[in-house]
Amino acid sequence: MAKRVMTVDDSRTMREMVAFTLRKAGFEVSEAADGKLALAALQAAPVDVVITDLNMPNMDGVALIRALRADPRMRATPILMLTTESEASKKAEGKSAGATGWLVKPFDPEKLIDVVKRVAG
Amino acid sequence: MSFDHLRATYFEESAELLESAYAQLSDLAEGREDGETVHALFRAIHSIKGGGGAFGFDRLVRLAHGMETLLDLLREGTLPLDAAQVALLLRGADALADLLAAERGGTAVAAGFEDALMQAFRIAAEAPAGAPRVVAAPATAAPVDLPEGWRIDFRPRPELFRNANEPLLLVRQLQRLGPVTVTADLTRLPPLERMEAEDAYLDWHFVLQAAVPRGSVEEVFEFVADDCELTISPIAAEVVAEADTPQEAAPAEIAPVAAQAVAATTPQAAAASQPAAQSMRVDVQKIDRLVNLVGEMVIGQAMLVQHAGSLPPDLCPGLTAGLETLSQHLRELQEGVMSIRTQPVKSVFSRMPRLVRELSAQLGKDVRLVVTGESTEIDKTVVEQLADPLTHLLRNALDHGIETPDQREAAGKPRQGTVHLSAAQRSGRIVIELSDDGRGIDRARVLARARERGLVAPDAVLSESEIDELIFLPSFSTAATVSAVSGRGVGMDVVRRNIQALGGRIALESRFGSGSRFLLSLPLTLAVLDGLVVSVGREAYILPIAAIVESLRPRPEDIHAVVGRGDVLSIRGAYIPLLPLHRHFAVPEAEADPSRGIVVIVETDHAGQLGLLVDDLVGQQQVVVKSLEANYGRVEGIGGATILGDGRVALILDIPGLGLGQGRVAASAPRSPATPSALQ
Repeated sequence: MAKRVMTVDDSRTMREMVAFTLRKAGFEVSEAADGKLALAALQAAPVDVVITDLNMPNMDGVALIRALRADPRMRATPILMLTTESEASKKAEGKSAGATGWLVKPFDPEKLIDVVKRVAG
Repeated sequence: MSFDHLRATYFEESAELLESAYAQLSDLAEGREDGETVHALFRAIHSIKGGGGAFGFDRLVRLAHGMETLLDLLREGTLPLDAAQVALLLRGADALADLLAAERGGTAVAAGFEDALMQAFRIAAEAPAGAPRVVAAPATAAPVDLPEGWRIDFRPRPELFRNANEPLLLVRQLQRLGPVTVTADLTRLPPLERMEAEDAYLDWHFVLQAAVPRGSVEEVFEFVADDCELTISPIAAEVVAEADTPQEAAPAEIAPVAAQAVAATTPQAAAASQPAAQSMRVDVQKIDRLVNLVGEMVIGQAMLVQHAGSLPPDLCPGLTAGLETLSQHLRELQEGVMSIRTQPVKSVFSRMPRLVRELSAQLGKDVRLVVTGESTEIDKTVVEQLADPLTHLLRNALDHGIETPDQREAAGKPRQGTVHLSAAQRSGRIVIELSDDGRGIDRARVLARARERGLVAPDAVLSESEIDELIFLPSFSTAATVSAVSGRGVGMDVVRRNIQALGGRIALESRFGSGSRFLLSLPLTLAVLDGLVVSVGREAYILPIAAIVESLRPRPEDIHAVVGRGDVLSIRGAYIPLLPLHRHFAVPEAEADPSRGIVVIVETDHAGQLGLLVDDLVGQQQVVVKSLEANYGRVEGIGGATILGDGRVALILDIPGLGLGQGRVAASAPRSPATPSALQ
């Protein structure tokens, strides 16, 4: 069965970029525009991998990671942060909140697929 | 369509990347590079390749890959960088641009177009045996032989699993690099009753038998590096043979290789860290958010000042002083934030010399480009959007403006033509000037052409500036034959539209036989301006301070009516057309008599000076420009809107836009020499 991935980003371009790349690689991809929407959607239907932006309105990436880790069903779900090079401190914060790994924007599609496969098993 | 959208995103980004690649290449060509230049160039080409792969642009990917291979060697220092390679890379960038343009436009590039270039990249990357190799830094020059394999000791912290990291997946990842022998170390395993179900207790020893770079191994452990103790050491052939007892790897054999590896990475690390300390990549969105927030603060501060002004002054003596300090700091903060968004125009100007070189060769002309003021800074968005219009103007100047050397000689001019490109900051705006000493505009031909196309009535009499205006009309092109250089269907109307979209103006001055001059006037920033608040009836309008010449209350005898043209104001011997704002915007209950109101004299780009009749001056303040276009629609003469301290919305006047409507009045009204046109 195809692995399910959710991309969380307030930028539509970025979401579509991620979704497009992963769909081409055979993943099933859903999208959410901020942490709040993502959390609600994930609580209703968990996925295999979550890819989240950090800087978002309503609920930012770090808060989303914390909320997901607090949910027993998603304690072991791999979560990837999409960061920019300048977000080193945010990255550390996300990591300590429970993120599995990270991708640096702008990402290379091959790298994205590779990393998702790496954490999804 | 999401696919189209994605493609658009990709092409946009690639264009930006190519632009930076050109800038880096010209730095390399002129010896201005630093340790980061080749790396940045590599990343740009790499990103273009990466995105191209996602869209199946195979030819583009192959070409980018060829460039990347060469850049990789240059980056590592294995190959010395010389002028020939820079030239080759420039050609590569051009070819990439062509392939991108073809993919974007859905057109085909001839098969084999890039073959010769690919071959050239291969040859360059192979570097003939006799070619000099870099010897300056022995540590980097000596190619580091890859070890036979790697021994990896992985001791995860107990928290490893909390981030959903899983040693099993790491093993699988390692196995993709080559055969792996895995040994689990149980020494840290506590008695069952003290075991935490979610903690990691097992240590792992991996022996990877694959001659891969250290980086590939490190990448596998990228996400867990902070959550474990990790030792990666190279192993020699005989050690791999005894892989069952990895602990016995002889340290003496490992040491030299390890030392070499460390030595090889150190100079690069030092070079990379240096520029990093001086600059940092920040998401433009973040800056924009900051700009926006500062804007909101400016509005908030204006509200505070307004309210404080209505309090009795002795109620809170510290308040005024405090507000004063706040305003001052806020202004500095704003300038600081704005300056983050500015960039020298150099990034656009630096592409032009090459364009001129190549075009003049193609056209058989001899042209010298003189560039000045390239360090002038302007908003990043404006810089980016300038490239196309400038390129177009420059192509035009070379193709239609500058004559061939023989023609020039016959006209008594030097054989070499000169194009001058300059940028300067002038009264709150950036003025970019592109002038050439070519043949200028043949107005008779322009007019004939316009009549032929039905753009002008056969019997209409037009002034010189009105004829010049004709070339900005859509689909107007005088080139007898459409050449490959200019006349690509993109006319001066598009150039003007692009400039106007940036809040700028374009003006043309030309003398037949001796050359043309284009003046582009652009706002420094698109977000804030210093404005004069004026009242008209019960409305408030903002006039940009930069455009204001003076304000006065005229005497009744200074106002003269011109039949069919409205009123003009006589001032120090000059006549200035009057525009009563209340009439222009149909505002009721406003002062209609100029001698009882205030006339604010403003400078327009097109029509010289213009006198705006308002009721009163309210005050000067910084205003945050909110786009009207984004929220409502484009209105001629209105540049945007803002929120005043009392919460009212006020429209910001676009003076040149107002001037447009008055152009005819101004052109035919009596003008004195004391009325400088924008072109002088």
